[in-house]
Amino acid sequence: MKILYFSWLREKIGVPFEELEVQSENVHDLIKELIRTDQKYALAFEDIKSIRVAVDQKLIRNLNESIKNVKEIAFFPPMTGG
Amino acid sequence: MNKKINNCFISVNIQKDDFDVNAEIQSIRSGKIIGGIINFIGVVRDSQKEKEELVSLELEHYPGMTEKAIMSICRDAQKRWEINFVRVIHRVGNLKTGDNIVLVITASAHRKESFKSAEFIMDFLKSRAPIWKKEHYKTHSTWVQSKEADELLLKDW
Repeated sequence: MKILYFSWLREKIGVPFEELEVQSENVHDLIKELIRTDQKYALAFEDIKSIRVAVDQKLIRNLNESIKNVKEIAFFPPMTGG
Repeated sequence: MNKKINNCFISVNIQKDDFDVNAEIQSIRSGKIIGGIINFIGVVRDSQKEKEELVSLELEHYPGMTEKAIMSICRDAQKRWEINFVRVIHRVGNLKTGDNIVLVITASAHRKESFKSAEFIMDFLKSRAPIWKKEHYKTHSTWVQSKEADELLLKDW
């Protein structure tokens, strides 16, 4: 699965994206799984309320949504376009 | 990314280069049913929150998703108002104070549809298009924080 990070999340994690084999079945568990692997994720995901998630390039609200057969997941702070 | 839905032509571009507002408007004028054209231009400004002058504004985005998200906002506008043309150009990369950031043009037979849809598109673009701004100053840099007021605005639509 391709996992992408943008803005200050990208800076905290240190890479714009990574390809990972993940066990988790939903976004919530995926975040926990990442946090278990390295301290940098714990720091990046510290304030979960300030993080937005896109699954296959669509914004999702419910972190319990299934990520089975999903190709890419992106994590980023609230958007500031325009 | 271009789409023609019912009687509405929607065109969305994300680019580093500047845009030519007159050329964009000229291409819409040729549509014979157009009675009113609205164009909004977002420009880089120095927020003057810091003691230093803004050196540059960096815009990062999520290639692929940005186009889709903006197209989806335009389609929502097209469903709500009878508009015949929507053009959105959003710039990314490093910009300077006074540079163009975003262009939104809407056109319709009557003015109200164009005014309303352009405002709707801008409101949603600010907090639903995956774009992030970083302000660079001489001695430091800071990510622009989203405003709660911008999010609240969306509830009014």
